Amino acid sequence: MVEQLLSLRGICKSYNVGTSAETEVLNAIDLSLEKGEFCALIGPSGSGKSTLLNIIGLLDRPTKGALTIEGRDTLTLDDKALTHLRSTSIGFVFQYHHLLSAFTALENVMMPILVQRGFPNGAMHERAEELLERVGLARWKDNNAMNMSGGQQQRVAIARSLANRPALILADEPTGNLDTKSADGVFELMRDVNKAQGTSFLIVTHNMALAKRCDRIIEVIDGRIAAPGTDPELA
Amino acid sequence: MASFLPFEIIAAVRFLREGVVQTFLIIIGVAVGVSVIVFMSALLNGVQGNILSRVLSTQAQVVIMPAKDVNRPILQVADAKVLRVIQSRTQRQVNVDQWRKLQASLARMAGVDVVSPMASGPVLIVRGATTRSVSFTGIEPEQYYHFIDIPGDIVAGTSRITGQDILIGKDLAEDLGLRVSDKILVRSSTGASVTLTISGIFDLGNKGFNQRIVIALLSTAQNLLAMVGNVTTIDITLHDPYTANDIADTLAAVHNVEADSWIRTNAQFFSAMRTQNISFGAIRASVAVSIILGIASVLVVSVVQRSREIGILRAMGASQGQMMRVFLVQGGIVGFIGSVLGSLLARGFTILWTMLAVNPDGTPFFNISISSNLYVITALLATICGVLAASVPALRASRLDPVVAIRG
Repeated sequence: MVEQLLSLRGICKSYNVGTSAETEVLNAIDLSLEKGEFCALIGPSGSGKSTLLNIIGLLDRPTKGALTIEGRDTLTLDDKALTHLRSTSIGFVFQYHHLLSAFTALENVMMPILVQRGFPNGAMHERAEELLERVGLARWKDNNAMNMSGGQQQRVAIARSLANRPALILADEPTGNLDTKSADGVFELMRDVNKAQGTSFLIVTHNMALAKRCDRIIEVIDGRIAAPGTDPELA
Repeated sequence: MASFLPFEIIAAVRFLREGVVQTFLIIIGVAVGVSVIVFMSALLNGVQGNILSRVLSTQAQVVIMPAKDVNRPILQVADAKVLRVIQSRTQRQVNVDQWRKLQASLARMAGVDVVSPMASGPVLIVRGATTRSVSFTGIEPEQYYHFIDIPGDIVAGTSRITGQDILIGKDLAEDLGLRVSDKILVRSSTGASVTLTISGIFDLGNKGFNQRIVIALLSTAQNLLAMVGNVTTIDITLHDPYTANDIADTLAAVHNVEADSWIRTNAQFFSAMRTQNISFGAIRASVAVSIILGIASVLVVSVVQRSREIGILRAMGASQGQMMRVFLVQGGIVGFIGSVLGSLLARGFTILWTMLAVNPDGTPFFNISISSNLYVITALLATICGVLAASVPALRASRLDPVVAIRG
């Protein structure tokens, strides 16, 4: 039986609520994601993809609706509990990789574990080395992250997102800033991780070719999930 | 990454190291501020200590005198208003009553260091056709020298005195052309006279004292001043000179004597010291505020510069508290390193001061030193100031919305 990882029911998000400038960004989003799924989230700019990703990543709270991650209702959790759940269950990969410039590649990968545990130890060092090995950057481990190419930095960011063995990785246009070859390499890396470890991926992308290589495509249009088959490009 | 350091310290150090120019400049700023505070503290302590030691080197901290004679009006009418004029009495009592018993009792009192009886009165020093009016002071050297360092102030001869000897001041010796081993005639107001040998000449650093005080044994003074077995005052030194007022009040109340404290007799000096302390406190506070504002402004800029990294760390699971501590630690580190450098700088200033501010004979104007306590207190206060300065930027960092921060 397939286990459900993520469930969104009637999620709405508005800004400037109660004022004349109230703007509705998401409207009654219903969405589920199963463990091990590899999904693409597509849609035109301004359709609400990033807001949806932030809500799923527990970085933002919905105005209305229910969000459950690994069976836990997140709307009842306080900031501390949300932070803990985020650090243990969710990994992030951003378009501009956002590595910490004050640290080496290895230390960047260790960072999520260090943040969670408080003190560094040998185990997290080994884990980070293993992940860098996994993304093919073992020999770059002591390099400052900022001295690497865009593709390499994104690989480090993927390794970092895997550090705490999260069940779900949210990637916001992870290949958007890369050349075709690097983009393909990064995508394949995520696919390999997904297959090898069963980690779920929800990838925001504008690259239709990559989206079509995912298990499922979820399209957001004007703050709503579009019904499958409504986009001729996906046919 | 050192395994014994927590995430907050590791991140704080890396952030400071990455913005090395910014960090260096603010640490130098803190160091200069701290050095000003430390050096000025040492200078003020040196000046005040020097003045204090000069004041205390020529007087006791508490002086016991006979109780004053007071009038007791005979006419006491109840339920009536009486118009009367009471003239102050002439003080006939010049000797301390039962002074030996009182001396023994004072010596046992808590806080009292040395008790020294003294018999003094006016005399004339006669040298040929020249006379000088001076205060003839009879002392017990082993007690008196404890608080007035006559042996250290001797410029010729010795401080040792017998019943036939006398010590005189440098200026009196110059006025009368006297040298060690010369003999002088001393005549009291009752007409008694004695010839004494000058065994030593002292310089108390005060022309008035050097001209007007001569010192002999207590017994010599008692005989000359016709007060055999009596003393006019009992001088007391205390373990803590600043308890003089309290102890003087207690003694006056318990022993029915007049007790003067050096603090009351030097009220103007203390008023000047207080004013000096207040002005210096204001300068110190201004420098401390400048340090705090300096650290705070640099860290506020740092929070703005690092807002995206703060957002990333929050997305990775760093709590608001962790982010806050990263910046508080940065403030603390800047304050601590700045205070250490500032203390070293202040030490350099004191050495320079000691070398440059000297008397014609090469000795320093006064001793100026920084106590180890001052180093520790400064480091502690500067670190606390650093943490306080970082509190506003730290709060700002902790409250950054990760979504907004990541978007930049």
